[in-house]
Amino acid sequence: MSNAYAQPSMPSSLPYTDEHAIFRTSVRRFFETEVAPKQPEWEEAHITPRSIWKRAGELGFLCPRLPEQYGGAGADFLHTIILAEEQVRSGAIAPMYALQSDVVAPYLLQYGTEEQKRHYLPAMASGDCIASIGMTEPSAGSDLQAIRTTAKKLNDGYTITGQKTFISNGINADLVVLACKTDTGAGARGVSLFLVDTDTLGFSRGRNLKKLGQHAADTAELFFDDMHVPETALLGGVEGRGFPQLMDRLVEERLMTGVMSVAMIDRALAMTIQYVKDRKAFGQRILDFQNTRFTLAEAKTEATVLHVFLERCILDFMDGKLDPATSAMLKYWSTEQQNAIVDDCVQLHGGYGYILDYPIAKMWVDGRITKIYGGANEIMKDIIGRTLGGRAR
Amino acid sequence: MIRSRHYTPAHEDFRATVRRFMEKECAPHRDEWQAAGRTPSDLWRKAGEAGLLCTKTSSEYGGGGGDLFHCLIILEEQTRICFNELTFYLHSDIIAPYIELYGTEDQKRQYLPKMATGEFVAAIAMTEPGAGSDLQAIRTTAKSDGNGYRLNGQKVFISNGQVGNLIVVAAKTDTGAGAKGISLFLLETDKAEGFTRGKNLKKIGCKVQDSSELFFDNVHLPPESLLGGVEGQGFPMLMRRLPEERLIMAISAVANMEEAVVETVEYTGERKAFGQRLLDFQNTRFKLAECKTKAVIGRAFLDRCIDAFIEGELDTTTAAMLKWWTTQRQNEVADECLQLHGGYGYMMEYNIARRYADSRLGRIAGGTDEIMKDIIGRTL
Repeated sequence: MSNAYAQPSMPSSLPYTDEHAIFRTSVRRFFETEVAPKQPEWEEAHITPRSIWKRAGELGFLCPRLPEQYGGAGADFLHTIILAEEQVRSGAIAPMYALQSDVVAPYLLQYGTEEQKRHYLPAMASGDCIASIGMTEPSAGSDLQAIRTTAKKLNDGYTITGQKTFISNGINADLVVLACKTDTGAGARGVSLFLVDTDTLGFSRGRNLKKLGQHAADTAELFFDDMHVPETALLGGVEGRGFPQLMDRLVEERLMTGVMSVAMIDRALAMTIQYVKDRKAFGQRILDFQNTRFTLAEAKTEATVLHVFLERCILDFMDGKLDPATSAMLKYWSTEQQNAIVDDCVQLHGGYGYILDYPIAKMWVDGRITKIYGGANEIMKDIIGRTLGGRAR
Repeated sequence: MIRSRHYTPAHEDFRATVRRFMEKECAPHRDEWQAAGRTPSDLWRKAGEAGLLCTKTSSEYGGGGGDLFHCLIILEEQTRICFNELTFYLHSDIIAPYIELYGTEDQKRQYLPKMATGEFVAAIAMTEPGAGSDLQAIRTTAKSDGNGYRLNGQKVFISNGQVGNLIVVAAKTDTGAGAKGISLFLLETDKAEGFTRGKNLKKIGCKVQDSSELFFDNVHLPPESLLGGVEGQGFPMLMRRLPEERLIMAISAVANMEEAVVETVEYTGERKAFGQRLLDFQNTRFKLAECKTKAVIGRAFLDRCIDAFIEGELDTTTAAMLKWWTTQRQNEVADECLQLHGGYGYMMEYNIARRYADSRLGRIAGGTDEIMKDIIGRTL
């Protein structure tokens, strides 16, 4: 199958250097030769082997932005974008390296005590420790304040009771950054994050959940039954900081969702343009039908507009200026467009678009989650809606 | 908010002038002009005096020596008071450049200074009953008669067709040569025997702007009325100007989206139903969040295209993308915002009703949606 990648019609305004180009080449080679070909096998298994995490660690592709003292490569945000784009480009849904590198590691780096950083970060960068984040519960998704997992203070630590669901990397995980209530009466101020080793007594994993798509990625329920953790497991060592800690990170997480959705659009477009050029019907190429050209013209326009907006968001983020509402706009719009465009691309593939051997069919099922995760798009609209002005009540 | 490498504080000073002009000279006259279906000619003189015409034209020819942002500011300020259809941009930024870029020195000296004062009000006559986007199909002819040309044919949907006294006319000087047979002529209507204006056409929106049929019955054109003095250059002249013309349409589209959101937030913040403000209903906030997202993304894309344009790098395809995307979204936003106004949204005294009706033209004029997609589709 075509592994091409549609190029945006305007040149990138991001400050990429030659070094980034070299990095991109080696990242691309890794995903194309070592990760993408294994997807069918891992989809059967519904999980990725630990060896591929170790391999990414060896190559310096895990947590590259960490300072060298914690095992990182001192990379910048553009390296992170390259990793995400190249993984999408290769068609490799799993492993979810970005969750390790860009979601969990920053929690430790930004909020952890020195001891916590030294304990976990080098192992995460080498791939010896696979991490996950435990926020969502059966009755608390986007509404984080509604979580019911509790951490009760005892003399020498905390006892954690409760359960989580939809936890990515949940089966593989050695470490869970777990959101718990340390004060059930304090609302958002009662939420704290804990670093939980999965070999702790009282920790257990539920099923590896069967999902609509993304079959090579493990997603689990987690259970905590009077699980005792030491005081040093509290992230940053201070209770009640969990909510602002989570909130502070959302802008970047949503930006990364945008990066990946835009990359998915590029991939879908490239493979569809190739398909409609190759395939004939009624005596002409599918591309030669006006409807095909118009549909793809719309999609290419959306891709170009999104590239420009994404680049602005990335540059603002690198300057520390990207605000929550704008990142919410990016997340909402890019994921909506990604789903709409991939759907159009399936349509242009005809019957083949419904067959999972064709990457576009996989993209259709794998991509549906983007409108839900990282804050459902309804939450994005809520965030944007709060910035409309008009006197607040 | 404009974010361009080329936008300066001096532009903001100009904005203050334009805002005053719009509020004083235009806003009070809406009903009157709307009923007349046209702007009065003294408006054009006043605009000229205030420095609002030919802002980009070189000062050597009486213009303001400005840039695209002067056009942008006028469009944004007229959009603010919901005079979306004022055609200063057409006169100054679409037609004047034809003369300045392609005209002979004599043509520039003869027309540009008087266009800058508003003495001449310009129109461009391309479209015909049987030739819209497909310009090569025009049938109006200009035949050489030894002492110039004889113009015969008719045009339709010509903006400023009633108020204009200087018309750039596209005609075939060689009917067998396809696109290479098209030439542009500068027609002064006061001197033109055989020229008649048809009806001021009734439109869905854009009520203050006149749109006309024009008829040419053996109209004499002196040799010096041929734009640039060389036959057969019309088609490439028109083509080269299209990216900027589409960029200008996108400016209006983005400004309209932004204003529609602001007005609708205001309206839904005041209006109550079922015991709460409309703005407090989740659907209202979500719909407005969607509209605002489109406006913000449209503005970001516009900013980028303006910078590319100023730096000489905006290509035809990207301009087509910009025009299609922004006018398409503008229509969606206007419709959604009208909906949130309820019955009032259907009343022409509300800005949103006018924005809704006016915006529909954006997807047709300056090359239809379909032409934009065709242009983009060719790059696949």
